[in-house]
This record gives sequence, C-alpha cells and structure tokens, in this order.
Amino acid sequence: MDCLQMVFKLFPNWKREAEVKKLGYKVHGDPFSTNTRRVLAVLHEKRLSYEPITVKLQTGEHKTEPFLSLNPFGQVPVFEDGSVKLYESRAITQYIAYVHSSRGTQLLNLRSHETMATLTMWMEIEAHQFDPPASKLTWEQVIKPIYGLETDQTIVKENEAILEKVLNIYEKRLEESRFLACNSFTLVDLHHLPNIQYLLGTPTKKLFEKRSKVRKWVDEITSREAWKMACDQEKSWFNKPRN
Amino acid sequence: MAGIKVFGHPASTATRRVLIALHEKNLDFEFVHIELKDGEHKKEPFIFRNPFGKVPAFEDGDFKLFESRAITQYIAHFYSDKGNQLVSLGSKDIAGIAMGIEIESHEFDPVGSKLVWEQVLKPLYGMTTDKTVVEEEEAKLAKVLDVYEHRLGESKYLASDKFTLVDLHTIPVIQYLLGTPTKKLFDERPHVSAWVADITSRPSAQKVL
Repeated sequence: MDCLQMVFKLFPNWKREAEVKKLGYKVHGDPFSTNTRRVLAVLHEKRLSYEPITVKLQTGEHKTEPFLSLNPFGQVPVFEDGSVKLYESRAITQYIAYVHSSRGTQLLNLRSHETMATLTMWMEIEAHQFDPPASKLTWEQVIKPIYGLETDQTIVKENEAILEKVLNIYEKRLEESRFLACNSFTLVDLHHLPNIQYLLGTPTKKLFEKRSKVRKWVDEITSREAWKMACDQEKSWFNKPRN
Repeated sequence: MAGIKVFGHPASTATRRVLIALHEKNLDFEFVHIELKDGEHKKEPFIFRNPFGKVPAFEDGDFKLFESRAITQYIAHFYSDKGNQLVSLGSKDIAGIAMGIEIESHEFDPVGSKLVWEQVLKPLYGMTTDKTVVEEEEAKLAKVLDVYEHRLGESKYLASDKFTLVDLHTIPVIQYLLGTPTKKLFDERPHVSAWVADITSRPSAQKVL
C-alpha cells in the first residue's frame, strides 16, 4: 500500500479522533445491547463522533462499582457529554436530537407545539405499549439462548398476542402517515429499531410481515445507513474487544 | 384558550397527572368522566380518542392527544407563560428533565403502580392483596427511593432546584401509597420524606384528591 493510500485509510480515524477530543462524547455500553444501539443510531444519524467504552455485561460489570456511580440503576448505556452524565437511552437520544437539532438527520418535529406533542405521544407509545412485549420477546428468543437459557414458549405466545394488538394500531396509523409521528423519519421510528432488528431474526418476524403498511415501514427504517452502521460492530464500536 | 377537555377518571393516576399539570397552570378545562368499571374506555367513542383504550385522553380545541406524560409536556410548553414553570429549557436542564422523566416512567412508576393496584385497587374490586407481590415490589421501590434519596441530598427537587414535571409525575402514585403500609419507605428516607411532604402539599396536588 503506498503512502497516499495509507493516509486516506487513516484519515477518517484521525478526523474522528479530533472530533471525539473536541466533543468529548463517550458511550458506556455494549454494541449488541438494544438500549446501547438506540443511542448509537442517533449518533450516526447526526454523524457525531464518540468514544465507545465496553461494559462487560456477561460478567455483571454493570451491576457493580465503579459502573454504579455512573448509573445507580445498573443499566447500559451511559452517555457522557463533558461533565453531564446521562442514562436512560430515550433521554440520551432526545438530548442529542435537541442539542444537535440543526445537524444531520432531523429527528424531531419542532414546527409547532402540536407537532412536538404528537411526536412525544408516539415516543410514549413506543416506550409503554410496544417496548414491553417487544423486549420480552427479544429477551426470550434472542438473548436467553446466547446465555444458554431456554426460551419460554408460553411467554412468547402471550407477548406475541399483546404485540399483535399494538401492530394493528400501527397498521392503521401508517395508512394515514408515512412514519409513526409524521411524514418524516423521527426519533419515534428510531426508538423501535433495536427490538425490531432482533425480532426479524425470530419467528415473531411474521407479525410484521403480515401487515402491509407495517412491513413497508419496517423495511424502510431498517435499511437506513445510520442504522446499519449502528449494528456494525466495526463501524460503531471501532473494533474494541468486548471481553 | 377555551376548549381544553380531559377524558378520564378522577381516581386514575394517569388522569391525575394531567389534572395536576392543568392546576399548576391555572387553566380552565372541562372534565369528561369515563366510567372505567363499565369498560367505557375500551369502547366507542372513547376508543377513537385512544385506540389503546386507556385514560386519559385530551383535547385543546382541535388538537387531540393521549399518553399522560405527552399531555403534561404539551401543557408545560404550550402554556409556558401561564401559572408555574414546569420545565426549563437550557440544554443541561433538558438533559436532566428528560432523564428524570424516563426514570420516573421506567423505574418508579411500574413498581409504584403495582403496589397501588395490590393494596388500593384490588380491595376496591373485592379482590385480595397478594402479600408476596407487595413484598417483592417494595424491595424494588426501596432501591429506586435510595437513588432518589441520594439525588435529593444534592438538589431540592429531582431535576433541579425548582419543581418540574419530573416531580409532578410521581405525585399521583405517591398520594395513594401514603395511605398504605408502603408509606414507611418514604418516611424512613429523610430527603425523600421532606420532598414528598413538599410536593403533596402543593395546591394542585390537593385539588385532585
């Protein structure tokens, strides 16, 4: 490889390191954790650089000091912006979306109080109606097997029934609106991505596929460049070892 | 300014969350009673207002909304020049308030609501309190209140030195729990205890009882 090629290969890293130093953003988490990926997705939509810091979930690092001083609830991710330490992925995403609202993808709908309130309402719906069954389904079918635990099919069946009701409402909504909150992609759709991505690799996939508007919406949001980068360990976690 | 309507039940914690915010702002509104025990919230016409079949639903003129924490945030921002300030808008404050709202919503409320259900609502419906669930949930609530205790040692209210939506959102569940043995968990933490006395004595909180 000649010198010029080497420089071009290194340049994105140098540029990133310079920005990381300037912004000082850090993400403590795990590149495979749904909640961590929610935050990575926003950082990539906004093309913001950050330093990823691995928290070893498998050895319970998140449940002991010093991590508990960052988040006393013992959960990833934790986001650092200089002296501000934030946890709760949906608070982090909102913070980044507001502070950098003029940069990268517009993820909020700041046209009026009403449009912002509608967006907030759909964020609440994702958090209180979609996420409970979806994250239980991800836990049972994706995460438990990784830890060598057995999937409980009764829990899967119960939560698929709950998720079906939610997706029926989404199907109606998506007949009137291209994305959930409004006609453009926002934080609302982004917040759904981590669980949806995992569930597409399980039998639960059929629930999304049999509803035509939901299927189209899922295809559209999961094919976003920023989301693909957030799921790519090399691009999002800079190939730092997990263990 | 005319035309605010709240569709809900006066005993529902989520409905109360919205009513307290309206009182903080001294706003006039019409209350439309939805009879939960008749399943009115699961049928037309209410289900058109909220397809998830939960109270409250909200209207301000033509604008319609549901999810109590979306409604309170709308009220706080749209009517920011009225009554008491419920949010603050500097970027560091946005961070603290967003995080505080998420913590109440994901850590405090699920546990608190289960305790309200077991100890307050089940008896009203003629069902028996499950003491094992109460014990389990109280253990979880204790951990959340330890975090709040630490936070309130550094700050007068949860998000800042001023009362905000973060504190407001906890009031309805706290009010119910103060009438149950769970009250001890609040009493045995001095900063939490002082904060509870403060927020529950606000006129807006008193009006929903």
